[in-house]
Amino acid sequence: MDLMIESLPRLLKATKLTIELTLLSLFFGIFVGIFFAILRTSKNRVLYFISYYYSYIFRGTPLLVQIFIIYFGLGQVEWIRESFLWIVLKEPYSCAILAFTLNTGAYSSEIFRSAFETINKGILEAAEGLGLNKINTFFKIRLPIAIRQSLPAYGNEMILMLKGTSLASTVTLLDLTGVAKHIISTTFRPVEVFIVAGSIYLIMTFLIHNFIKFLEKKYSY
Amino acid sequence: MGLLAYGDTGWGDELFFATLMTIAVAAAALLIGFFLAAIFASFKLSKIRVLNLIGSFYTTVFRGVPELLVIYLFFFGGSGAVMYVARIFGYDGYIEVNAFLTGAISIGIISGAYSTEVFRGAIQSINKGQFEASQVLGFKKKIYYYKIIIPQMLRLALPNISNVWQITLKDTSLISVTGLVEIMRMSYIAAGSTRDPLFFYSFAAVLYLFLTFLSMKLFNKLEKHYSKGY
Repeated sequence: MDLMIESLPRLLKATKLTIELTLLSLFFGIFVGIFFAILRTSKNRVLYFISYYYSYIFRGTPLLVQIFIIYFGLGQVEWIRESFLWIVLKEPYSCAILAFTLNTGAYSSEIFRSAFETINKGILEAAEGLGLNKINTFFKIRLPIAIRQSLPAYGNEMILMLKGTSLASTVTLLDLTGVAKHIISTTFRPVEVFIVAGSIYLIMTFLIHNFIKFLEKKYSY
Repeated sequence: MGLLAYGDTGWGDELFFATLMTIAVAAAALLIGFFLAAIFASFKLSKIRVLNLIGSFYTTVFRGVPELLVIYLFFFGGSGAVMYVARIFGYDGYIEVNAFLTGAISIGIISGAYSTEVFRGAIQSINKGQFEASQVLGFKKKIYYYKIIIPQMLRLALPNISNVWQITLKDTSLISVTGLVEIMRMSYIAAGSTRDPLFFYSFAAVLYLFLTFLSMKLFNKLEKHYSKGY
């Protein structure tokens, strides 16, 4: 019990990094996801295949491999170390965000793609009949409907990403899991630390879950 | 390519056996998960409130907490728990729990939380009329489950079981933190001793892609087999 109270402030401080990593990767990931979802609907074979294999590779391999390739692997290539990319790739923090973004981008692109595909053809024809141009149709009709459609699945993805940020601890970052591991390995009392850290994660999952439910209600029609 | 030579000069054979280890841990975890899922799915479907709560608690906790944290719990807690029990029986030494067992159990518990939801959904989607019909026909409860419910359930659950298997397979990469020599750990060792992390981690990614591709093909075949009658 003492250890639980003692470790709480340190774990809460580490939670800040976990939240930061989650929000930043989700934010960038949405754009990556929408971009590749649009590529997937393209009639150009090359663009289609790029998008297809991007999502195939990132969904078919563990996140840990992706982080290791970006953090340990890319630093080995000479021309990357001499280019401006090195500013991003030398820090574990930005490497982790890059890996998370690409990973969540792949999953989101699948979610958005299926949302775009399920839009009723009649609605699009109606938009055309009303004389809306392509850009307006996309931003005023297709995108809002797709966002509503993908909310439940995207909520799951947000939770998966929150859990995924725990892998930041494998590249030396001290996020919630990283600090929890550090406390466990110095005190050898895993159960207490697991209860505290686990509860913090569960509270965050709970918040995301309810946030998505709220949005679903707000945007239901 | 010399790096992947089979034998003493390359890492081909090591990586091959590491791949087998990944498959073995994932399969063990999936089976442990199924076992737990059978129990907790029946808890979730039971009419007793306490059992419902226990079932919900299990799936909420192990789907909401990062896999890595669960692995650390069992990795650091496993030997402690075993030593505690051993001390009751009068043994006072240090006992290290097998890394394979730690990995299979921790990933199995997580996998089980996902399988529980899959099983529950599959059972719920079976028409109630079937139960009534089999009662009228005078089937015993055991036969009813084995011959009527489970075969139908399997067909409905198969696509989702395939998903759980893919998640479990990818989660095994996290066991590398405990030192179990599966694909990730072997790549880490190889990358360290050859100073070529890009090559070995990329190769690990290829191995995982190969495994997920292969299991997708296999599950597609199974799905075809089980939906023959439909």
